[in-house]
Amino acid sequence: MDTVDSSYVPPPGQAAIVDALKRGDEHTFSDLVTEYSPSMLRVARTYVSSRAVAEEVVQEAWLGVISGIGRFEGRASLKTWIFRIVTNIAKTRGEREGRSVPFSSVGGREGEGEAAVDPNRFLDSGRWAGHWTSAPSRWSELPEEQLVGDETAGIVKAAIAALPEVQRTVITLRDVEGWSSEEVRNALDLSETNQRVILHRARSKVRNALEEYLDGEQT
Amino acid sequence: MSDQQLTCEELVEIVTEYLDGGLSDAERERFEEHVVVCSGCANYLDQIRMTIEIAGRVTVDDLMEETKTELLAAFKDWKRE
Repeated sequence: MDTVDSSYVPPPGQAAIVDALKRGDEHTFSDLVTEYSPSMLRVARTYVSSRAVAEEVVQEAWLGVISGIGRFEGRASLKTWIFRIVTNIAKTRGEREGRSVPFSSVGGREGEGEAAVDPNRFLDSGRWAGHWTSAPSRWSELPEEQLVGDETAGIVKAAIAALPEVQRTVITLRDVEGWSSEEVRNALDLSETNQRVILHRARSKVRNALEEYLDGEQT
Repeated sequence: MSDQQLTCEELVEIVTEYLDGGLSDAERERFEEHVVVCSGCANYLDQIRMTIEIAGRVTVDDLMEETKTELLAAFKDWKRE
């Protein structure tokens, strides 16, 4: 998973960023803080009790980055390294707060027993059992400006905000911020299956919300 | 089980696995064979893809400005040492 791989090749541009940090380049540091802090907050928030504590964790993690960058050898990606720092600090903080680790305990259960689509939309008997009774519509036929509009993005944002915490975190990292499943698994200590089940539930619910909005407008 | 065709109800549950490349070759084939002949599921797959795309345009919360300012100050201090 996140073990050091001898064939590891750092992403292009990483060496320059690391060098700039080691030199104390403020611009580079400031850009990194802007780029990664939202995700760091989100990851931290899953381990600790409040947004305020998460903010402290992120701050502490950046201080850790500053003091540790001299020892960073580029054998993993800088991003992976930074998020390992966040996760470690957040975990310690969460344990001190007496909060149980969220994912190992909740992650598996959170997704189970929920259908991606309302079971009533499928035939329940006969030759065509399990097939659509009311099939999803073609969104690509909707007016372009409706799909790309702020209002539609707002529906998605609200649907994500309404998800249970673990689902919200995973879908935000994967789909809003574009992380790979491996990056998410490493930062949140999730198994591959758990990560996928959680993401699946989250995406299904967001799609449902979009469908309600987009198809509702049509008729 | 493996010879049976996927139902639509089953297909919607493995969409994420399909998109993440987590299905076996045989499972992926069954999935794609189904989507070719079933417009409802083809639309569903498209809808999920669009959901992901729209999520990519959502803006996210950031650190408080004062935290950022403090961090930058800490960085400057470290540089001076």
